[in-house]
Amino acid sequence: MAERVLEVAGLRAGYGPAEVLFGVDLHLARGEVAALMGRNGAGKSTTLKAIMGLLAPRGGSVRFAGAEIAGLAPFRIARLGLGYVPEERRIFTELTVAENLEVGRRGAAAGRTPWTPERLFSIFPNLAEMRHRRASAMSGGEQQMLTIARTLMGNPEAVLLDEPSEGLAPVIVEQMAEAVLRMKQEGIAVLLSEQNLDFAAAVADRALILEKGEVRWQGGMDDLEADEDVRRAFLTV
Amino acid sequence: MEWDFLLVQALSGLASASSLFVIASGLTIVFGVTRIVNFAHGSFYMLGAYIAVTIVPWLLEFDRSPWLFFVGVLASALAVGVLGVVMEVTLLRRIYRVPELFQLLATFGVVLIVQDLVLLVWGPVDITGPRAPGLRHGIFIFDQRFPAYELFLIFVGPAVLGLLWLLMHRTRFGVLIRAATQDREMVGALGVNQAMLFTGTLFLGAALAGLGGALQIPRVSANPQMDLSIIAEAFVVTVIGGMGSVPGAFLAALLIGQLQAFGVLVFPKITLVLVFLLMAVVLVIKPWGLLGKPEAAAGRAVLPEGIIDPRPLDRASQGLILVALAAVLALPLLDAYAVKVGTEVLILALAAFSLNFLVGNGGIVSFGHAAYFGLGAYGAGLLVTKAGLPMEPALLAAPLVAAAFAALFGFFVVRLSGIYLAMLTLAFAQIAYAVVFQWVEVTGGDNGLVGVWPSRWAASRETYHYLVAACCVLAIVALRRVVHAPFGATLRAARDSVQRADAIGVDVRTHRWLGFTLAGGAAGLAGGLYAFSKGSIDPTLLGIPMSVDFLSMLLLGGIQSVLGPIAGAAVFHAVKDFFMPLTDHWRLFLGLSIIGMVLVFPRGLAGAWAGLRRRPA
Repeated sequence: MAERVLEVAGLRAGYGPAEVLFGVDLHLARGEVAALMGRNGAGKSTTLKAIMGLLAPRGGSVRFAGAEIAGLAPFRIARLGLGYVPEERRIFTELTVAENLEVGRRGAAAGRTPWTPERLFSIFPNLAEMRHRRASAMSGGEQQMLTIARTLMGNPEAVLLDEPSEGLAPVIVEQMAEAVLRMKQEGIAVLLSEQNLDFAAAVADRALILEKGEVRWQGGMDDLEADEDVRRAFLTV
Repeated sequence: MEWDFLLVQALSGLASASSLFVIASGLTIVFGVTRIVNFAHGSFYMLGAYIAVTIVPWLLEFDRSPWLFFVGVLASALAVGVLGVVMEVTLLRRIYRVPELFQLLATFGVVLIVQDLVLLVWGPVDITGPRAPGLRHGIFIFDQRFPAYELFLIFVGPAVLGLLWLLMHRTRFGVLIRAATQDREMVGALGVNQAMLFTGTLFLGAALAGLGGALQIPRVSANPQMDLSIIAEAFVVTVIGGMGSVPGAFLAALLIGQLQAFGVLVFPKITLVLVFLLMAVVLVIKPWGLLGKPEAAAGRAVLPEGIIDPRPLDRASQGLILVALAAVLALPLLDAYAVKVGTEVLILALAAFSLNFLVGNGGIVSFGHAAYFGLGAYGAGLLVTKAGLPMEPALLAAPLVAAAFAALFGFFVVRLSGIYLAMLTLAFAQIAYAVVFQWVEVTGGDNGLVGVWPSRWAASRETYHYLVAACCVLAIVALRRVVHAPFGATLRAARDSVQRADAIGVDVRTHRWLGFTLAGGAAGLAGGLYAFSKGSIDPTLLGIPMSVDFLSMLLLGGIQSVLGPIAGAAVFHAVKDFFMPLTDHWRLFLGLSIIGMVLVFPRGLAGAWAGLRRRPA
């Protein structure tokens, strides 16, 4: 079995008095794409935020590249090589495209080809033409590309990708899928939260299904597509 | 008027705009990144001036060259920048997540500490600085002589703006600052160490304030009042420009510079009023300032910020209140000093209670509550001394006068929220202060008015004490009733979510407006009672330090509790009255206490009391 880059065990988290995660167990192998699926409110985004340290975990362990990261500040986790792409994109709208990329820039680990704006523009050709445009003047799809590109500028080993296809036009969703596959080619592990089964099926090797703050099912993406009962139990609304 | 005269007037307006911008740019950058409104920015400005009047003459001993003058000015700025780093590392870093009211108070604590340290190091006498070699002459513009140094200052502002622009757009540090101004959490998630970024920002902001102060030394002598006089103006500039926006601060400084230069020709007495009026108008039209952006909702306070659930009093609290009432009644059995302090505590308790009605119950953080206290005092005082009325109608008028002004100012205030609202209350308080201070014929100006004595029947200290006790206890009971009434609950609902309150049909603005007016009236009654207890009134009753005293009482008492502020007022005033005569450094003591309270005791006395009671016996 491939080496695990991310290993989460018994992760608990919540907001104020509300508990959201009741012990999430999951792992991500090096270079693998896994889709975290589940209905609205199942705890997908909360899981990603708690792994990233944006929400303080209330219990459990998060190991990244062999080190315990639960309780570390987000910037320390990012520096260890874990990237995060938020659901709401959170682009710096006052900054230009090039400046947004600059904020994300960090050195690459030895032996890796570092990401440069030029390399990123080969994945997201639309961005190349608007290098010096303010991000506030971009469409939602362009902003979604920029937020992924910005995280890649940090040369992460693994990326947490929160709902990359949400609210985007079909043609942009296709580009997002290509981008995820390109990340996989580059050897980056991706844990993406997703409600769109087609998108997940196009990019992911494996699926994990969250329900009420726990992982209730996991298996190969093909198995999920074949198993209508599981889909009906956990995914259909 | 002659054209050349108007030109010179415009030029001197540009020179003051330039100075103002240099200072305000630092304030706005620090706010943008840290979201802290730094009261101590004025202290950095003052320190810049004091350091410059110390090292520049020393440098000029070597050689009277213009270069050494500017080396000294820049060195002063850098030294102040280092002090900014000290403040960030020792204090600000610990309070990024506390509610903004506490942040304001903590930085005001720094203001008090710096005031005393400046007195310790440099003494109370103003220190005149050297003039800049090579820029001591005047330049003739048509027939008018214009100082060369002022002309030089005109170019400093745009130069600083240009350098800041380069820093913000051409360096990684600047790009990170701009990104953090918008979404600092996301900057952290991208691997940027916010602590380093914030420390760097404080260095830059403090250095700009220090530069502003150091550049002033040929124009004004360094004096211990510089900090508060500049901070109000710097606040106005940043608020008008939009908090966090450097170009906005430049624009606002230009506007204010010209307004002051020409306003002084038309309304020589009320230039300060004009400035604050401009701010009020801008904020009503553009609530985020000229070039500001709506505050990001992310990353705001974690503590519950007010009264959550007012309950009927339990046995222990009832007992405590009975003891307090008995003490109030029994005080005249002790000495006259105890009666004096007791009377003052009662008055301040009412003022603090009315403020917490706004802050704790309504989430309306007023930074200028002393205005209504002072206006009540002046309303009563003027009726007695100028109109010859006796005490009774004057006391009746005090809350009405204050409520009228609270209604007028509140009409604008309730249109805003958060830090902009706090700044507008501060601005209105400064308007009231400026009018009282400058309208010498009526108000007696700086000296105030004497002869505000109670009627004959209430003339003895003891009788007046009982009169104050009756008024204050009744007013507090009535206000407490309002807190528990549906009106109070509605204000709490609006505090917790304006949108949700709106959506269930609450007219948030009108409720807040009425609440603001009511609280102003109660503070006015306290002010009226205060005037008769002292026999005199003066502008300090409306000043920023008075407003901060009230807020400190809330902080000490605990804004989450309904009755806590009363205890806070008692402890605060008793301690202050006891310590002030004992030490020359009471400001240092008070400043450290405020900071200590914010850091270790953020829920106040009432919070500690509740914590004690919750513990199993």
